[in-house]
Amino acid sequence: MIELDNLAYSYGGGELLSEVSLKLAPGSFHFLTGPSGAGKTTFLKLCYGALVPTAGHARIFGQDVREMTRDDIAMVRRRIGVVHQDCQFLDHLPISENVALPLTVAGRDVQAEAANLDELLAWCGLTPRASALPPQLSGGERQRAALARAVILSPDVILADEPTGNVDWEMSQRLLQLLVELNRMGKTVLIASHDLGLIRAAKQHVQARVLRISNRRLQLAGADL
Amino acid sequence: MRGPRVIGDLVSGDGSADRVVPPSGQTAHLTLFAAAVMAFLAVFALALSLSTGRLADRWGEDLARASTVRISAPGEQMQAQTAAALRVLETTEGVASARALDATEQRALLAPWFGPEVPVEDLPVPQLIEVIETDAGFDAAGLRLRLSAEAPGAVLDDHTRWRRPLVRAAERLRALGYLSILLIGGAMAAIITLAASAALSANAQVIGVLRLVGAEDRYVARAFVRRFTLRTLAGAAAGTLAGCLALLLLPSSGEGLDMLTGLGFRGAEWLLPLLLPPVAGLVAYAATRRAALRVLGELT
Repeated sequence: MIELDNLAYSYGGGELLSEVSLKLAPGSFHFLTGPSGAGKTTFLKLCYGALVPTAGHARIFGQDVREMTRDDIAMVRRRIGVVHQDCQFLDHLPISENVALPLTVAGRDVQAEAANLDELLAWCGLTPRASALPPQLSGGERQRAALARAVILSPDVILADEPTGNVDWEMSQRLLQLLVELNRMGKTVLIASHDLGLIRAAKQHVQARVLRISNRRLQLAGADL
Repeated sequence: MRGPRVIGDLVSGDGSADRVVPPSGQTAHLTLFAAAVMAFLAVFALALSLSTGRLADRWGEDLARASTVRISAPGEQMQAQTAAALRVLETTEGVASARALDATEQRALLAPWFGPEVPVEDLPVPQLIEVIETDAGFDAAGLRLRLSAEAPGAVLDDHTRWRRPLVRAAERLRALGYLSILLIGGAMAAIITLAASAALSANAQVIGVLRLVGAEDRYVARAFVRRFTLRTLAGAAAGTLAGCLALLLLPSSGEGLDMLTGLGFRGAEWLLPLLLPPVAGLVAYAATRRAALRVLGELT
């Protein structure tokens, strides 16, 4: 699905990531952890083509990011659902339209998929809030809406950046449950999180591997977690 | 291939691309206003070009084919010299007709300067002979020689002396009119580019979200392009209408001063200002598209 080959990324002067190699196999479940500022978000951005590695290669669905046009990247994003750390909605449109946005921009008939949309909103517990504007939602509702938007096109890969960043424990369990269910449906999942409790909880439900960014390198964390 | 798609994008009313970009009150009004003003000015520039063009053609044609022979002679010789000059003119190759103006006509010519009650007969006013040339024209130098032999008081004025600068001025004015239309179009493109760039920058966050969920540049650009094109079209239509009405309301004078107040369109020329709104729309389409794709290229 996503293949990083001896990849490095540096901002201006300093190198943030180096010698990173990883293959995300279909149906796998990965956590990405590490201290804040270690480069988790940068790593995810490299995985969905928002950043181009400064050295090495990033291949998404077999295509090298460096050789992709802007439209190629747009197409790739329809197959990768991204849950952003700060969600990022269109604040002037209600939640239902925000969740349906990937359908809209892909030129799909939103009316025809209305049933799917309702089902998805219900699944995420957002039905009563469907017509609310994003600023009117609570943190947990925003995170769930972001997740709903990330999966509406039924992507092959879901990348989530601190999806439980500003929600309480109970809500983070619900979000995790949603991601685990998606993984059982065959989606590849990669969650960046520094919440070790969440990772432990997940390991009870799913065969998850934990990656850690430490000292600019990506390591497979031990079983001690 | 591209033409139909342009029109398709605009007409199909793809409201979805429109809705994803939040409405922008002030930019919208300013774009509308600027387009209206530019179209209004363009109507006048167009009218100026067409009117001066007409004027140049008419002066060129009328004056080229008409000359005047002026006879200044003491009273008793006036008749004889006029008759002699007319005889010369009638036998000159290239002269279609020659006719001495009568007193009433001469009085009418002088009326604007001396008032209607001038006793022309009592004044030492020269006798004028109107000469109409054939298409081939006559040899002015030869005619002057023959006239000076037959009627020493006769002076041939073939109008070229003052006609040429006038025609040249009219032609220059026409060129300036067309140049003005081009400049107005350029200024409009610049204004719309600025407005579109501002709108794109103000919506960088929206564009970021759209990119994140897999929108192609074309889709994002379309939302802005469609909006600015339609706005410009509407503004230009209003401006054109206002300009045409203003031209219709210009006071029209009598025949004689037509060349000064004849600013406006004649007959089929009225169809030309109808082209202004679509042309303005096209300019807006191109300007916004360029601005949008440039701004988008700078975003990840």
